Amino acid sequence: MASVAHPRIALRHRLAERGLDRTLLLLIPAIIFVVALFIYPFVYGLQLSFQPQPGSEAVRRYGSGPFADYRDFFADPYLRNTIWTTLKIGLPAALFNVLASVPIAYRMRGRFRGKRTITTILVVPITLGTVLTAEGLLAFMGPAGWLNRVLMDLGVVDHPVRLTHNYWGVLFSLIITGFPFAFLLTLSYLTGIDPTLERAAATLGAGWWQRFRHITLPLLAPGLGITFCLSFVLAFSVFPSAIMVGDPSGQTRVISIAAFHAAFEQYDYPMASAIAMIMGAVELIVIGAVLGWRSRLYRGATGGKG
Amino acid sequence: MSGASTKISELRLEHVSRGFGGALALDGLDLTIEGGEFVALLGPSGCGKSTALNCLAGLLPLTDGAIWLDDRRIDGIPPEQRGFGMVFQNYALFPHMTVRANIGFGLRMAHTAKAEARHRVDEALNLVQLGEHAGKFPGQLSGGQQQRVAIARAIVMEPALVLMDEPLSNLDAKLRLEMRTEIKRIHQTLGLTTIYVTHDQEEALSLADRLVLLREGKVQQIGAPEDVYSDPANRFVAGFMGYRNELELPVTSVAEKTVVLGELTGTRREDLGEVAVAAIRPEDFTVGDGPNPMEVTVEVVEYQGREQAIQARTSSGAALHVRADARLAPGDRVTVSVPPERVLVFAAESPAAPEEVA
Amino acid sequence: MSTIPAPKRLTLRPGAWLVWGAVAFFLLILLGVVGAVVVDSFGTKWFDGWLPSGWTSRWYGTTWREFDLGSVLWVTLEVALAVVVVSLLVGVPAAYALARRAFPGKRVLMVAFLLPILIPPITYGVPLATVLYKFHLAGKLTGVILANLVPAVPFVILVMTPFIEQIDPKIESAARMCGASTRVIFTRILGPLLVPGMLAAAILVLVRTVGMFELTFLTAGPDSQTLVVALYYSVSAAGIRAQQEIDAMAVIYTLSMLVLLVAALRFVNPTQLVTQIKETD
Repeated sequence: MASVAHPRIALRHRLAERGLDRTLLLLIPAIIFVVALFIYPFVYGLQLSFQPQPGSEAVRRYGSGPFADYRDFFADPYLRNTIWTTLKIGLPAALFNVLASVPIAYRMRGRFRGKRTITTILVVPITLGTVLTAEGLLAFMGPAGWLNRVLMDLGVVDHPVRLTHNYWGVLFSLIITGFPFAFLLTLSYLTGIDPTLERAAATLGAGWWQRFRHITLPLLAPGLGITFCLSFVLAFSVFPSAIMVGDPSGQTRVISIAAFHAAFEQYDYPMASAIAMIMGAVELIVIGAVLGWRSRLYRGATGGKG
Repeated sequence: MSGASTKISELRLEHVSRGFGGALALDGLDLTIEGGEFVALLGPSGCGKSTALNCLAGLLPLTDGAIWLDDRRIDGIPPEQRGFGMVFQNYALFPHMTVRANIGFGLRMAHTAKAEARHRVDEALNLVQLGEHAGKFPGQLSGGQQQRVAIARAIVMEPALVLMDEPLSNLDAKLRLEMRTEIKRIHQTLGLTTIYVTHDQEEALSLADRLVLLREGKVQQIGAPEDVYSDPANRFVAGFMGYRNELELPVTSVAEKTVVLGELTGTRREDLGEVAVAAIRPEDFTVGDGPNPMEVTVEVVEYQGREQAIQARTSSGAALHVRADARLAPGDRVTVSVPPERVLVFAAESPAAPEEVA
Repeated sequence: MSTIPAPKRLTLRPGAWLVWGAVAFFLLILLGVVGAVVVDSFGTKWFDGWLPSGWTSRWYGTTWREFDLGSVLWVTLEVALAVVVVSLLVGVPAAYALARRAFPGKRVLMVAFLLPILIPPITYGVPLATVLYKFHLAGKLTGVILANLVPAVPFVILVMTPFIEQIDPKIESAARMCGASTRVIFTRILGPLLVPGMLAAAILVLVRTVGMFELTFLTAGPDSQTLVVALYYSVSAAGIRAQQEIDAMAVIYTLSMLVLLVAALRFVNPTQLVTQIKETD
């Protein structure tokens, strides 16, 4: 029996050597899932975007060729400009969130009483989400809201500043929901850097700015790259706040509104898919640029225990 | 399940081999172990000793060869049905179970009756002197205590074979000595057949009835501790057994077993070319005149209680490790000597033991 | 706010003052945003002035009845629990395989699992909703659950893989040497050890699913709205409804999120809500 069983064992262990054994069967549900609910819809959307809907505006203008929806998007300033509108909101918001979180996280990286409370409070806006934040902003920063009241009582302004239903409203909403996110990420990257490195630099005569500039920042930079990417992804997909506290038909007509409009108001799914693909492409270009920059940095161990 | 069939008369490894992606980590290990024996697999990291142990445990399938337990072939049996006990380097205790539950886990798997299991766990706890810690969790114990739990867990079933994978290497020096005695005592008490993997020759020499020296997956020497220690089969084993001084010298003359290398006379261990290596243990030197006198200058002196560890340099510039009772100071010029039968001469091309163990 | 830790010495450098000032300012704005909603929801009328002219709690009753919040909350609960259970069932085994094995194509698979988290929901939500409508799954509970699973499963995998990696595989070997079969290893050894990780993953998925607007919005029908989507619709229908009703609903949403949050923070570190980098102290 042993001699019969042997070749089979040998084959199984040759496969096991390459990491192929029955444990991998555990992956199957997840693979089916990601293929059916993520990859298939994406591919479906991609090919749908090359089959313009008969009778749609794009077909009337550019014929029924596969690129009609894309040509329509880039030719129509009302659609094309949504890219710039989105970038104009998303990039400053992401940049602000990352840059503001660095000094604050740097100050808070040590251990002190109340640190957990502060981080907990900062988590609140993340969980509140954009819808509630937008609703709160409308009440708080509206013409009769508390903020304008304070500004007028202090004599800073004569009449209410318009902070909602325009660009600023959306930007504020992205900062309120996005900053805690960026902050917590930055904080966790910072706490992953071994504090003795800075102490070592201090014994070698480096002042606090030199320590930050030459030790902490270079080790933190790759993490900041990731933080920026994730913040940008969040800001780029701005949707409910652009409608609620923004000016959804003008100043803050972002690309996701255009996609939604095409899909669920005009029922032009090919056009909506085309816009979604363009949206994904623009986003990947920005992320690719950041990750390209990041790949040139030192990304080894940061001496932390994690 | 054969966990209860304790005493074996023989464990036979026939050409046991295991490859990883083309290279053989273990190349044709032939070994017969008698019941109750304590065998140590010794070698530097990557020599295949842990691979051999995992093959025996069933945690790694064999590429070639067979394992026989008396007249039963076991290399196709999954590990949970072999009924062996194993002690891991990092203890591998179940962190969510108490000491008692850890030790009793195997009994529970074998559906041993409650009272019987309780009794046997108590016995094991007493044996490793952990009685008062039975209710604690592994995280609350020191490293040495954790290793005691791991040992108790492995022996509580009185398995046919106990496998120990560098069980002491995570402990500090003092504890290691203590646990070494403990393991020896437990083996003397229970007489369980044990295979012990280590890279520490002192540990292997003090514990084992028989040593198996491995290098790059191949057996270098099998023998009783005193044989391997005083009569190493090759330059690798010699280096591993504490022959720290290796002097590379031209061969002047060879007569039977006696070799003359310039001014040094030694014992030939294998066929030699024009250049040979003389291996000498530091403790085989004596300070003062005698056979093979060498004029040396003392460079570094380490005080080690009764003795001194001395690093000296010969007139030809070779570094020499010497252990001596005499009180010497750096800069002293002294003569050291060594009997020719304690100078083992190997071919210069023979593979040496890696630096870190020499 | 009492939560800002009092500086131990008053001789902080200007940089420190600036940083703490910025934090205080941010928290003040946050308090204003949440506070304005809460205050308004309890006011009778609030057109001008610092506070409403009178106080009442009747808006909660009207908003509960008019928006049928009972069934909305029920739907939210159903969706969230279904997503949590399914994502754990699918994600944990996959995480185990990814943590324990190195195999050809593993990197590609990891990227495929990470993409749904890296790409914003609205980007893949539109084609996903299109597909779900094509198969007549959207517009009802199934569609909402399926859509919410897309980021949830990868999230579970992302949380659990490092968690399983830090469990020594030797422990499994040790159990095997004690005679435990694969089933016993999963139920008696790995199961109990994975509970904290699964709890953390479950709560994080729960919070994210209840707060997930985009995917639910794109796939929900009138009977399958979760609370956040119902809130959005009520805001966009403002003018028909009294503002206070909407705010009352927003407060209900906030409260339910806060309950989840407090529960979550008992088990997970705040930074885990955004990342899986373990905080070292």
